[in-house]
Amino acid sequence: MNTLAKWLIVAFLVTVPLWLGNQYQYHVLIMMGIFTIGAMSLNLLLGYTGQLSLGHVAFFGIGAYTSSLVSLGFDLQLTDSYTFVVEPKPVWFAFFCALIVSGLCGWFVGKLSFRVRGAYFVIVTISFAEVVRLVALNWVDLTEGPMALNNIPPLASGVPWMEAGALSRRVANYYMVLAVGLVAFLIIQRLVQSRVGRAMIALRENESLAKSVGVDVTRYLVLAAITSAAIAGAAGALYAHYVRIVDPDVFLFIYTVTMVIMVISGGKGTLAGPLVGGLIFGILPELTRGHMLPEVQWIVYGALMILIVFFLPQGIVPAVQRGWATWQKRRDQSARDTSASNGRRQEVAR
Amino acid sequence: MLEVDNIECRYGKVDVLRKVSLSVGKGEFVALIGANGAGKSTTLKAISGLLPPVGGRITFEGEDITRASARRILEMGIAHCPEGRRVFPYMTVQENLEMGCYRRRDWKHMSDDMDAVFDRFPVLGERRAQAAGTLSGGEQQLLAIGRALMSRPKLVLFDEPSLGLAPNNVQKTFEYIMEINRQGTTVLMVEQNAYAALEMCDRSYLLESGHVSLEGRGDDMIHNPHVQQAYLGMEV
Repeated sequence: MNTLAKWLIVAFLVTVPLWLGNQYQYHVLIMMGIFTIGAMSLNLLLGYTGQLSLGHVAFFGIGAYTSSLVSLGFDLQLTDSYTFVVEPKPVWFAFFCALIVSGLCGWFVGKLSFRVRGAYFVIVTISFAEVVRLVALNWVDLTEGPMALNNIPPLASGVPWMEAGALSRRVANYYMVLAVGLVAFLIIQRLVQSRVGRAMIALRENESLAKSVGVDVTRYLVLAAITSAAIAGAAGALYAHYVRIVDPDVFLFIYTVTMVIMVISGGKGTLAGPLVGGLIFGILPELTRGHMLPEVQWIVYGALMILIVFFLPQGIVPAVQRGWATWQKRRDQSARDTSASNGRRQEVAR
Repeated sequence: MLEVDNIECRYGKVDVLRKVSLSVGKGEFVALIGANGAGKSTTLKAISGLLPPVGGRITFEGEDITRASARRILEMGIAHCPEGRRVFPYMTVQENLEMGCYRRRDWKHMSDDMDAVFDRFPVLGERRAQAAGTLSGGEQQLLAIGRALMSRPKLVLFDEPSLGLAPNNVQKTFEYIMEINRQGTTVLMVEQNAYAALEMCDRSYLLESGHVSLEGRGDDMIHNPHVQQAYLGMEV
């Protein structure tokens, strides 16, 4: 896709609030945006280094909890005499804390992935997510457990021109998600189109060969894991400040599955894949909601997924790219044929 | 230049190399021959750092590289061209070559070197934008060789460069390796095709079940009755 098309898409997204009035549609767009950011971060690991993290929601949830806790303030009784107190901090600061904490967790899991790969890596990540969920559920002093963290300040608080009421809260949230999504996309693009990205792809294609040409496997895996986790954490923080309540259910496996489906159906290992997947699987459930029962809806959802995996195993984006290339080739070919036959005709005429 | 001193290697609990020693001098062409499972490829892996030995010592230009990382060893000037024409199948030919000089920073010379590879193998030049997995076996082998040379190594380890190639491609590949050697790159080659290897090389080592059983100049080895009988299929 060329640069112009990319900027047109961005411009279109920026102007959405000019014509979209329906609050509910905003909600759909914002949730879709948040999960698309999550899918983009997962794609960095799954699509480029080839490591399937089935506990990706852990980073998402850690981001959500960190950002909420820092912006709400909390106190922890470490010993009988000493209590660690954090005063409520501005939302932007909490957001960056979320990035750092989930990035650190990514570093930890990345270090583990040096020792275990493939199926074992998948199991480690699932367990990691489950352990974090249990901690969130049971560490009531800190996380309020199933009572959930309430009254999380909205994202726009602290950004002056948004708070002033020039924009409704949903529009402000929409722009925040869009901005974070754009930055995340640019970071991932920079990363995968550089030498680092080349090394990651080499690693995915043939690890021992990558090693033999001098790729430092651990370093790039860890780097990918950190970046991916931090972006997922950013998505989690956006989520927390948007819905303004966080409970241990943010760690549910279904969220990871949603992200994996977005990445795989869109096309893993392509920049546009998670965006397309996010668009389809973010909007589809909402579109079908009016027409069919929830149970039927899930069946359709599943059937569509099976069809995509069956007929477009590489995902939608690579399939479209291939179709486009073939079409262009055929067009060039026919153009050449016509000009050739024209030339022949002229010769005959002469 | 390269001294391998009594190294031992294991895959899990299985001893593969038992006290293998060999040396390669600067500019030499050394062949490593032997039957399947004798430990030829393992020796190369131990040298290039893919499988660090559990005992013994490897030095390169006076420096101990026994436990150095694969990356460090590559930076010191040893390139490994692994067995079975291994390329990155979904990368283009050009990207594969770029991976070969992954550790290098001198962009200008890199493109010169790449042009040199394309000059040498025009077929790769024609397909520089094609995915490497779509090349034929022989072309993939040429690409793997080209990639190994892109790091401007002082010593190249070739692991069975003729494996699975058509006879005319085998000849071409061998000629190319000899030319690399004539131009000053030291070569250590593992080869099943013992006769061809012994004809090409300066010196050679015969590896049998994990240790060096014989060494000598290539043509002396060709006339050795044991080698003739076991590896060249001649009646003595």
